[in-house]
Amino acid sequence: MDKLVYLAEALTPMNLVLAFVGVVAGIVIGALPGLSATMAVAVLVPFTFTMDPASGLIVLGAIYTGAIYGGSYSAILVNTPGTPSAIATTFDGFPMAKRGDGALAVSLATLASVTGGLVGALLLMFLAPPLAQVALAFGPPEYFWLAVFGLTLISALSVGNLLKGLIGACLGLLLSMVGIAVIGADVRFTMGSQVLLGGINIVAGLIGLYCIPVLIDLVATRDPHLRVAAESGGFRLKEAFAITMKEKVNLIRSSLIGTIVGILPGAGGSVASLVSYSEARRSSKHPERYGTGEPGGIIATESANNATVGGGFIPTLVLGIPGTPPDAVILGALLVQGIRIGPTLFTTQGSIVYTFIFGLIIGTLIMLPVGLLIGRYAYKSIVAIPKSALVPTIAFMTVVGSFAIHNNLNDVAVMLGLGIVGWLLNRNGYAPSPIVLGLVLGQIAEQGFVQSYLIGNAQGNVLGMFFGRPISMAIVAFAALTLFYPLIASAIGARRARKSHADITVESRDGQP
Amino acid sequence: MKLTTILAGAAMALGLSAMSAGAQDYPNKPVNYIIPFNAGGESDIAARLQQPVFEKLTGQSMVVQYLEGAGGAQAWSQLNGMEGDGYTIMGTNLPHIIMQPMAQDVGYATEDLTNVYFFHYTPDAIIVPADSQFKTLEDLVTYAKENPGLVTFSGSGTNSANHVAKETFDRLAGVATTYIPFSGTSPATTAVLGNQVQAGFSYTTAALNQGDAVRVLAVAADERVPSFPDVPTFKELGYDMSGGAYRGVAVPNSTPEDVRQQVSDLIGKINADPEFIQKMKDGGFVVIDVPYGEMEAFMAERKAEYEETAKQMGIAKN
Repeated sequence: MDKLVYLAEALTPMNLVLAFVGVVAGIVIGALPGLSATMAVAVLVPFTFTMDPASGLIVLGAIYTGAIYGGSYSAILVNTPGTPSAIATTFDGFPMAKRGDGALAVSLATLASVTGGLVGALLLMFLAPPLAQVALAFGPPEYFWLAVFGLTLISALSVGNLLKGLIGACLGLLLSMVGIAVIGADVRFTMGSQVLLGGINIVAGLIGLYCIPVLIDLVATRDPHLRVAAESGGFRLKEAFAITMKEKVNLIRSSLIGTIVGILPGAGGSVASLVSYSEARRSSKHPERYGTGEPGGIIATESANNATVGGGFIPTLVLGIPGTPPDAVILGALLVQGIRIGPTLFTTQGSIVYTFIFGLIIGTLIMLPVGLLIGRYAYKSIVAIPKSALVPTIAFMTVVGSFAIHNNLNDVAVMLGLGIVGWLLNRNGYAPSPIVLGLVLGQIAEQGFVQSYLIGNAQGNVLGMFFGRPISMAIVAFAALTLFYPLIASAIGARRARKSHADITVESRDGQP
Repeated sequence: MKLTTILAGAAMALGLSAMSAGAQDYPNKPVNYIIPFNAGGESDIAARLQQPVFEKLTGQSMVVQYLEGAGGAQAWSQLNGMEGDGYTIMGTNLPHIIMQPMAQDVGYATEDLTNVYFFHYTPDAIIVPADSQFKTLEDLVTYAKENPGLVTFSGSGTNSANHVAKETFDRLAGVATTYIPFSGTSPATTAVLGNQVQAGFSYTTAALNQGDAVRVLAVAADERVPSFPDVPTFKELGYDMSGGAYRGVAVPNSTPEDVRQQVSDLIGKINADPEFIQKMKDGGFVVIDVPYGEMEAFMAERKAEYEETAKQMGIAKN
């Protein structure tokens, strides 16, 4: 373990303080919808220029990992993901908070995030060079199918109302096409307005579609926003720990999925948490409980999105290709510091790289006590704040958050517009999640499809591009399984029922004298 | 004789101190530097390299902000609405600001932007995976001639610098290849490394990050780029191709002439800093100096060149 030398370097008091401050700042920024991890990292990059490279990296890594975790608070407590990575955390997190299990949900999210973060960081430390090859094996067809896989989750989310779910998803896909197309540069659906040229920002859409309907409903109904837990004392950490242990297969699988998806440039935390949620639901004994406050859902999404942090650094450090947007900023910071990225980085600059990875692990571990404390405080205060104070505060935050994306009022207008549309749709039974899924995955699917088609066309083998590649076919198989699992399960159930019925008949016949 | 020398010296000293006093007036508070792209891109990296030199020279801070969207058009269409006092400056990119308004209505015209300095460019470069069958540019051209349309080039975006370079190359080499646009330089480079496409039109800066994993077949610079001493230029190989993505600084059109000149002078001073030049070279950037005074001629020359390619791409509106 020659790497342990660097542990001592990462453990200097200065670095510990930096990691602590970074994690706290990250959690707060991540919890506020609209303030993203990318923004937090970009704003703080200039301050790291005066630090030595390893310390600078540690503070950036800590902010990043804290922000991804912090997104779960608002997802659980106010049904609005603080970052796109936490979209899927709302599915089960908010129902839990509503029935009084908010503290438990936050504790679960903390345990899952810390585990996911550790798995990602350890894989980064030990297996980075071979794992970086995964990024290269994924071509346009794989991205296309991955996005389709994410979209199949809609069938799972819209139990009982598949049609409305699909209509919502189509609306989301249409929204994702607004603006100048990346491929072809066609101007689409802008209605002649300059405001929409840049397209609909995902974060603005997220805040509008999730937050505004909740706000309107809070004002329109008399019920308290969250029920206070009966035994509101404690973190319910023991209970959370017991549940996590029971879900350990889910936890590890989701962490691995998160790391792998994190390695893929252009996919990121939102796709990682959706894919692992989908897998957790499919393999659960009680898939019908997902979406109604099932702890396994939170464990899947939160472990996966924090695992993307370590995963995203794998192609960044090995190939010089950022896995996620914050990685791009950190890569830029490294170049300014004069550090040459590439396959030789781990050998030539080993001291910086391994000190940084240990720093990332330390930051992730600090998240456990800090996260539980902040989470408890956040939960208590959100429960205690009267609705008349909470609503204006959140309303103010939605405007600030959507303005902060580009320092631009256009995004605020888009956010409000989508919020009102979302509220009307909500009243008619269209949930926000399928729309947001369409918005998030539409671009990935479209680009993957057109690129595959162009390459296939040049080679005279379009069908082979889409259906002739092993990784693609594996993803297609998983997607089909997710999509038709309810049908298959009920078919198997029916056969079993018939069979047992037959057995009973036989038995009863046998029983006859 | 002696007296005149002394007088001349005194006059010069006076003039110099007056000049430096003028220069000290600007900037006397932080300058906002708006980058119309995402953090972490090449425009951002170049700005981040300028930032410390700016602060060393002026004692004021330079605040880098991002206003990304629509390939930069989001920011450029808003530039003239901002305050023209020299404390708001914005990055501009070629060929973007010429090609975008040519292809569609993006909310600004090329002439609307007041460029005061172009400070570097990243030369176009053809990259192939290290294990590619194409050892030289000649191999690739021969193969492309035998198999029209079969060679796939990845690149960042449509109507972008990479797209222009690919079209120009096709025209000069007399070949037909297929361009596959990606959403940025990173995914486009990943596609080359993963053999998803046969080659990529990229920049020296991106190629440098990949080390031995890619082979650079040619760079579109006038002279060989210091970070790639063994890679020939297109000109050496007989293709009259030089250029890439140029990056500059613009100000709102309400900015007075003397302030435009001051901003231009300041960027020029940063460009003359030896440490800055070294870091830019190490990163694969080519430092150039196109100050405010030479802007008109430079833009006219670039415009003529891009218009020819745009015609070939069939994107010109009129």
